Amino acid sequence: MHSISRRRLLSLPLVLGAAAVLPGCAVSGPSRGSGGSSGPVTLNALFMKQASYSEDDIRGMLAAFRKAHPDITVQPTFVAYEALHDKIVISAPAGTYDVVLIDCIWPAELASKNMLLDVTDRYQQAWLDDILPGTLGSVTYKDRKYGMPWIPGGKLFFYNTRMLKDAGVDESAMATWDGVLEAARTLKAKKVVEHPLVWSWAHAEAMICDYAQLLGAFGGRFLDDAGKAAFHQGGGLQALEWMKRTLDEGLSAPSSTKLLEDDVKKVVVQGDAAIALNWDYMYSESNDPKQSKIVGELKPAVSPKGPGGQGPAVDGSMGLSVTATSKHPDAAWQLVAFLCGKENQLQYVERSLPVWDSAYEDPKLTGGAQAPLVAADKAQYGSLIERPQVVQYNAVSQEIQAGLQSCLVGGTPAAQALSDAAAKVNHIIGG
Amino acid sequence: MIVVFGVVLYPMGRTLVLSLVDATSALQTEFTFSGLSNYTALLSNSEFWATVWRTAVFTVFSTAVELVVGLLLAQFLNQRIRGQWFFRSLVVLAWALPTIVSANMWRWILHPEYGALNGLLMHLGLLDSYKDWIGGPTQALFVVALVDAWKTTPLVAILLLASMQTIGDDVYEAAAMDGAGAVRRFLSITIPMLKPAIAVVLVLRTIEAFKVFDIIYIMTRGGPDSGTTTIAFYTYLQAFSNQEFSLGSAAAYLTVLFIFVLSLVYLRMLRTDSGGTA
Repeated sequence: MHSISRRRLLSLPLVLGAAAVLPGCAVSGPSRGSGGSSGPVTLNALFMKQASYSEDDIRGMLAAFRKAHPDITVQPTFVAYEALHDKIVISAPAGTYDVVLIDCIWPAELASKNMLLDVTDRYQQAWLDDILPGTLGSVTYKDRKYGMPWIPGGKLFFYNTRMLKDAGVDESAMATWDGVLEAARTLKAKKVVEHPLVWSWAHAEAMICDYAQLLGAFGGRFLDDAGKAAFHQGGGLQALEWMKRTLDEGLSAPSSTKLLEDDVKKVVVQGDAAIALNWDYMYSESNDPKQSKIVGELKPAVSPKGPGGQGPAVDGSMGLSVTATSKHPDAAWQLVAFLCGKENQLQYVERSLPVWDSAYEDPKLTGGAQAPLVAADKAQYGSLIERPQVVQYNAVSQEIQAGLQSCLVGGTPAAQALSDAAAKVNHIIGG
Repeated sequence: MIVVFGVVLYPMGRTLVLSLVDATSALQTEFTFSGLSNYTALLSNSEFWATVWRTAVFTVFSTAVELVVGLLLAQFLNQRIRGQWFFRSLVVLAWALPTIVSANMWRWILHPEYGALNGLLMHLGLLDSYKDWIGGPTQALFVVALVDAWKTTPLVAILLLASMQTIGDDVYEAAAMDGAGAVRRFLSITIPMLKPAIAVVLVLRTIEAFKVFDIIYIMTRGGPDSGTTTIAFYTYLQAFSNQEFSLGSAAAYLTVLFIFVLSLVYLRMLRTDSGGTA
């Protein structure tokens, strides 16, 4: 096998086409500027549109940052979560962004491909002592830090207390998935709601989040100690069988296999379902009379326990990272530290809870309208389940998504669907 | 020429080279020549062939609907009726919408929980509960193909209408005097005289439909159960979601190859239809 440098690779098409017409078009590799932020600096930052902090929130934060750092201007770009990863990857060679929002499933891939700046040495010990430990995983790869956690948390469990009451179901039933199943049957039988459960089981990452939560509750694992697929047996298989059963019995909304979290939120706040998993933001929106028909009825809780006594929430933390191609890494890091800082986060607790443990003693959190959410989140942070931390995560996730949908939509038996997916995952991981 | 080189030839050349190495990162600096291994990996992958099959089904169905409906629409627009300009403007509207707009619009119209289509049918008493129009993989593929046809049929109609207007009235009048009815005139005069235009439409639409990406990205993202993962969407997943740039590049070149073969077939048809002079 011949080794080819990037320069030669870039020049080959030129030779194939018309020699030396566009020598300046070659995309340069990672370049690092001086890193200094003396003089006016413009940073480009990439955020997501939906969930957690809104565009207006982020623009407000950036205005505050500008006030504190008049020499640094930040140009934000907002994309849907589904486009975030690809935008980071595609823009990397051109060095378009200085700061990017990353999901907890991407550090392995992005860090191993040198797309993020290693900021381990920029961390202060006081931060490490105060940041919620579970959230650090969103920016860590092989014990090195590639950003700061910004949005903490696991996917919470929500239920409509009024609907449960109407059906005569005691809230204690929500402590286990068996109890949830029985409660859903009662809600349906008593015609309180046609489909008591709704999920984000669309052919997307959202489905993996819900599945991870159930897999963990049923005592399963995505990968075994040797790094091989393990979700096709034991708890992973039971979780999928449980999911399928809820669809077959008409307990889960049939549209679940087409919905993302934002759709689930709409179904729940319209009063069309009683029980769902979702991120924190569903709680505040359920109490907004402008968009909700169930104000005051939704209760956040820790994830129910499975047969093994576990009730983990899927880790959905997200962090802000400085890209390895940023020409202004110092200024970019200042922005990251500002946005992730406790003071800034405490200004927006209604949209997202802080990543700082000490912030949870602040009256804004302990006494405000968010208090029930804070209590559930605090309790849940101790029990999170990670999705596979592998370099090829996206490819792995796509195969698991396809396997799950093959069973839930295509009707393939759960065992076969997961075994097929496991074989493909092993092939991907094994290279 | 420089623009053509910069936006067509150079990217094509670069993609070809990428398909022959082992690029797995956007920032990779060293590459290993891997020959045709990316191509053989794809060609021996049943998942890849499943995407080719889905793409073929999508292409044939969508193009057939566009051709049949476009032909009828063109015939209607060719009539001397009052307000002809209004109907022609109305037809062009769907095609004038950017795909991202029309795909999003249809996504919401067909939404299983809040879709306008469900609402309308319920209101008319034609449905007793909301239906998931893209619930199954096969169903979703055909529905997405119909949306593609909705978007592009106006273009087909306009192209055929332009050709239709070159057919002289005297031909129809002579046929009418010989006793040919409207259907007979349509089948024996209009269709044969439109053959070159139909061939052009077939070539253009087959190539476009084979490359379909945007509607799928917005409406289904390849699901449910991979039912709408066409070859272009598969290429995108490999290249950008998985950073398997070489595999994605090879898939892109195989797509080009498939389209090239299809184009040759159509060109052959064109040549035959024009007596070997095309």
